[in-house]
Amino acid sequence: MRVNITVNGRPYEADDVWEGESLLYVLRERLGLPGSKNACEQGECGSCTVRLDGVPVCACLVAAGQAEGREVVTVEGLADHARQRSGQAAPLAPVQQAFIDAGAVQCGFCTPGLLVAADELLERNPDPSDADVREALSGNLCRCTGYEKILDAVRLAAARTGEAV
Amino acid sequence: MDFLRPAGWEEALAAKAEHPTAVPIAGGTDVMVEINFDHRRPEYLLDLTRVAELAEWEATDRTVRLGAGVPYTRIIEELRTELPGLALAAHTIGSPQIRNRGTVGGNLGAASPAGDAHPALLAAGAEVEAASVRGTRRIPVEEFFTGVKRHALEPDELIRAVHIRRADGPQQFSKVGTRNAMVIAVCAFAVALHPRTRTVRTGIGSAAPTPVRARAAEEFLGGALEEGGFWDSGAPLDPSVVRRFAELCAGACRPIDDVRGTAAYRRHAVGVMARRTLGWTWEAYREGEGRTAQCA
Amino acid sequence: MAADRTASAPTTLTQATGATRGTVGESTLRPDGTLKVTGEFAYSSDLWHEDMLWGFTLRSPHAHAAIRSIDTAGALALPGVYAVMTHDDLPAATHYGLEIRDQPVLAEGRVRYHGEPVAIVAADHPETARRAAARIVVEYEELPLVVDEATATAPDAPLLHPGRRDHHASHVPHPNVVHRQPVRRGDVAAARARADVVVRRTYEVGMQDQAFLGPESGLAVPAEDGGVDLYIATQWLHVDRDQLAPVLGLPADKVRLTLSGVGGAFGAREDLSMQAHACLLALRTGRPVKIVYNRYESFFGHVHRHPAKLTYEHGATRDGTLLYVQCRIVLDGGAYASSSPAVVGNAASLSIGPYVVENVDVEAIALYSNNPPCGAMRGFGAVQACFAYEAQMDAVAAELGLDPVEFRRRNAMSQGATMPTGQVVDSPAPVAELLRRVKALPMPPERAWEAAGGPVDVRALPGGLSNTTHGESVVRGVGYAVGIKNVGFSEGFDDYSTARIRLEVIGGEPVALVHTAMAEVGQGGVTVHAQIARTELGVDRVTLHPADTRVGSAGSTSASRQTYMTGGAIKHTCEAVREEVLRRGRERFGGSHPAWTEPGRLRLEDGKVVTDGGEVIGDLAGILGDEAIDLEREFRHRPTEPFDPRTGQGFGHVQYSFCAHRAVVEVDTELGLVKVVELAAAQDVGKAINPLSVVGQIHGGSVQGLGLAVMEEIVVSADGARVRNPSFTDYLIPTILDTPAMPVEVLELADAGAPYGLRGVGEAPTLSSTPAVVAAIRAATGLPLKRVPVRPEHLTGNAP
Repeated sequence: MRVNITVNGRPYEADDVWEGESLLYVLRERLGLPGSKNACEQGECGSCTVRLDGVPVCACLVAAGQAEGREVVTVEGLADHARQRSGQAAPLAPVQQAFIDAGAVQCGFCTPGLLVAADELLERNPDPSDADVREALSGNLCRCTGYEKILDAVRLAAARTGEAV
Repeated sequence: MDFLRPAGWEEALAAKAEHPTAVPIAGGTDVMVEINFDHRRPEYLLDLTRVAELAEWEATDRTVRLGAGVPYTRIIEELRTELPGLALAAHTIGSPQIRNRGTVGGNLGAASPAGDAHPALLAAGAEVEAASVRGTRRIPVEEFFTGVKRHALEPDELIRAVHIRRADGPQQFSKVGTRNAMVIAVCAFAVALHPRTRTVRTGIGSAAPTPVRARAAEEFLGGALEEGGFWDSGAPLDPSVVRRFAELCAGACRPIDDVRGTAAYRRHAVGVMARRTLGWTWEAYREGEGRTAQCA
Repeated sequence: MAADRTASAPTTLTQATGATRGTVGESTLRPDGTLKVTGEFAYSSDLWHEDMLWGFTLRSPHAHAAIRSIDTAGALALPGVYAVMTHDDLPAATHYGLEIRDQPVLAEGRVRYHGEPVAIVAADHPETARRAAARIVVEYEELPLVVDEATATAPDAPLLHPGRRDHHASHVPHPNVVHRQPVRRGDVAAARARADVVVRRTYEVGMQDQAFLGPESGLAVPAEDGGVDLYIATQWLHVDRDQLAPVLGLPADKVRLTLSGVGGAFGAREDLSMQAHACLLALRTGRPVKIVYNRYESFFGHVHRHPAKLTYEHGATRDGTLLYVQCRIVLDGGAYASSSPAVVGNAASLSIGPYVVENVDVEAIALYSNNPPCGAMRGFGAVQACFAYEAQMDAVAAELGLDPVEFRRRNAMSQGATMPTGQVVDSPAPVAELLRRVKALPMPPERAWEAAGGPVDVRALPGGLSNTTHGESVVRGVGYAVGIKNVGFSEGFDDYSTARIRLEVIGGEPVALVHTAMAEVGQGGVTVHAQIARTELGVDRVTLHPADTRVGSAGSTSASRQTYMTGGAIKHTCEAVREEVLRRGRERFGGSHPAWTEPGRLRLEDGKVVTDGGEVIGDLAGILGDEAIDLEREFRHRPTEPFDPRTGQGFGHVQYSFCAHRAVVEVDTELGLVKVVELAAAQDVGKAINPLSVVGQIHGGSVQGLGLAVMEEIVVSADGARVRNPSFTDYLIPTILDTPAMPVEVLELADAGAPYGLRGVGEAPTLSSTPAVVAAIRAATGLPLKRVPVRPEHLTGNAP
């Protein structure tokens, strides 16, 4: 089947999509957007987290056909998304820069999903408590960092965004 | 495999009538896992996410008609007052990403004994609105589950909504998992006080082939509350009453040993959760929650 | 559209900003950080190639069966299928293995574990490949199972590898024992007679999975010269190549490997997974072939941590002096050898922990069985032993009425101590100091769930969001543990790494290109290696070449060794480059300053040649002109020797590292649910080349140990040796809500024998966190808890 999706503001069309394919597969293998990761394909790790019409979801659990006509934001579009939100011209979204600066990236396979989830959290709640951050990120597994630096990074991004306002 | 995308409810029913083997898909949180892992290759996938009315809920005096496609996140945010037990249960499901997609309709359709919504529905009192081109019927949720991952729907039927009794007293939900988040229930327990009818209802998850109510426990406690005049007095419950209630709840389990936990542990944990959640709900009732409702 | 992700994807990394251009000792940021946060970093599963096919593996549903027949006709008949291969189609060598080549590329007449590869398929879409695999008809005849020591060593036990002729075969007590290593010292019988207190217990460690997030994957591209290029996530490119070439029937130089992005490793990528299969299919079809495991398959696609049964007897005097330790460690290696022999060596030699004990009698063995193959995982044999010996230390302390930390302090080893193997620990061993530090840290506040003053915050309680307690039956416990881990490859292995450095002038500025085959698996090797080059050559711009087999071996990214070994190789090669710079400088400008004749007084700094007095006497741009310096050098750590097969005596290890933990837990004692409230660590790292990365390693290792303590286990069915939980739904790893605050104390006591005095960091924290957490649960519950992971039913008395 054919699927039309707007990803990161740009319209895409994919042909010959097998009906059992997930949005994740279409993004990674058909649209050349492999930033969303394929760690579990069962909704347990969050590494494929994307925004679907604004809502964070696991792209592996969205059937390709369900994404027809929808708007998707992936990690590849996160910086743009943040620029549009803030009106500022930073090369990276605040959470992206904070993940680098805080040492929250090791192997980095969980990072794209965590960034999409953390960015959405800060959009909703610019000054979250530690418990709020932990709850918002509880669907994103990381095997390298033990999460401490990830927590640091979200705190850092929140603080920087707060200062910038 | 064919992908059917009905734009409205009538179209969805027609598609299901034409293709009774079609697998409905909403949040995809069960169906897509089965497809990704090659456990299932349905002939047709019936996408219900374009049927707008499924994602709506409406409340009347006594019930909430919850569209089958309302995601858990919205239940947590919008229905905490009307459906506190279900909102608590929804909050224990999966992760934020899963709660953004998963639906009560999907949970019922999967009919897993471990479905987190089920105990809360059993305790609150609910009916499943099943529809087909032949018409609509309501199935009490107790009768909906017919076996492990089996339910009472006919092949041409879809779940339109769930009619859930609006809370008239405190409700609680508690679930044991071996992780502090994002975990399938080892077992779960829900309790709802219904001051208006002076009854107590329960729901047990993952401790029997289907979700079940602990009816003996409900009857025992209902009787004890009535006899002791507790509904009116709001007096503290006698510990022996709470203990007996918990024992009867544990006794209602028919658990198995599996990779997630032992049968003995499940029975034990249901007893502990029953005792604690009854304690919390009764304490809330004594503090006034729902004590005005009975006068209405 | 995706053509920009062709197989050349691995990216040359250049430190972009000031924050990523640090030198040794600075918290320099990752050079690949920007690529990783923008989604542009190309992991092995992201690769794409024009005309690419998808490979898929058919695996055995049985743990032990004879294969009577395989019929592939149905699969081959499916449109879109390009190749189906079984054992009969293999072109050359049919087996591979890290140490013992006992692993079939595809099952030959017999399968020995649940999930063993039987056939492979290449097709134009992953679904086509899966459907084709489902059409392959395999006739199995189930065989009796070997599942534990009793069934493995019974007189009539089926032999997993009949007629084995490997180098351990002659000294093992039974052909189903892969390797046996005793360690004997002193006189245990005499010591036992003098002991005031004796504690003898048996412990069990479940099978842990590395659970890296990036699944096994790679892309094999057939080359015009008849060879193959493989883009792969691995831990050791050269040993992959050395195993692949004989299987493909190609000379080593026609099997070229390039590292692609690696989504974590933790030991699970030390063995081959899909490498041979992808290359075989690519060579068979003449098309690029990509294989990506999903999570289900990943649980069958790599080895796990050895489950273990450990029986320990400790004897001590009333004043708290350990007199002897006797122990027997049985590791289940599963169907194939993998790295079991080395795991046995570690378990045996590190079995009593970082303590001084004069009398020791140790036996460690690994079994062949029909359970899933086990091999390398972070901690490598030392994890299992640490759980047992630290539990014993607490038990003996309790018998003696001593504080557990004080009892450890009285027996703690320090520099100059002798290991049970006879090896003298000749660099700092601050065991008592590490314990003192974690104990001195302030305790986390009590009853944090009430901290907000409002309603109970269940997120701070055992059970978390599942709302199981509002404080009822919640009891706090505190536990301590310390461990010892070897760094680098041991037992006489010729362990080396290679670095090639090219120093040249580009745009008027000196630039160093560092080329190694080091597998960056997330640990940050790329960061510290650039820091080392920058420090040694005094240049700001350092570029890292993609890791591949066109340079000499870097050895494995394991055994906490890459900062030491490849870092050491870069330092060593930079020194040679520096010598050459100074030689050329002397040649050209020698007359201009007397210091040119005393190279020992000169250093490179900021692109200049500087004297020890701070005087600039030349600059790199001028010295090099347009002639680059390009050198490749190998670096070896000091030699080790094998352990004696009867006594275990020998200078077996290069270096030791030490970490201590204090765990604070809160346990819902009625439901058996645990919340780890804080996990504090103290570790000696010799020299923190990158303090930020060091702390990241300690955090990550600590949490993997926490996972083993309370949730992580691959469960194998008792009746069929089948894996029961191959998914992230039922193999649970800690989430951010399971993970506590983790204060870290870092000591830097230099090891004079190591580059910069550094000590390998990655593994030690994985050892002691497990026993510390379990000790804390024991303290909260009063239960003996002799098995990990601790499950709720173990705490409530509802275990079978």
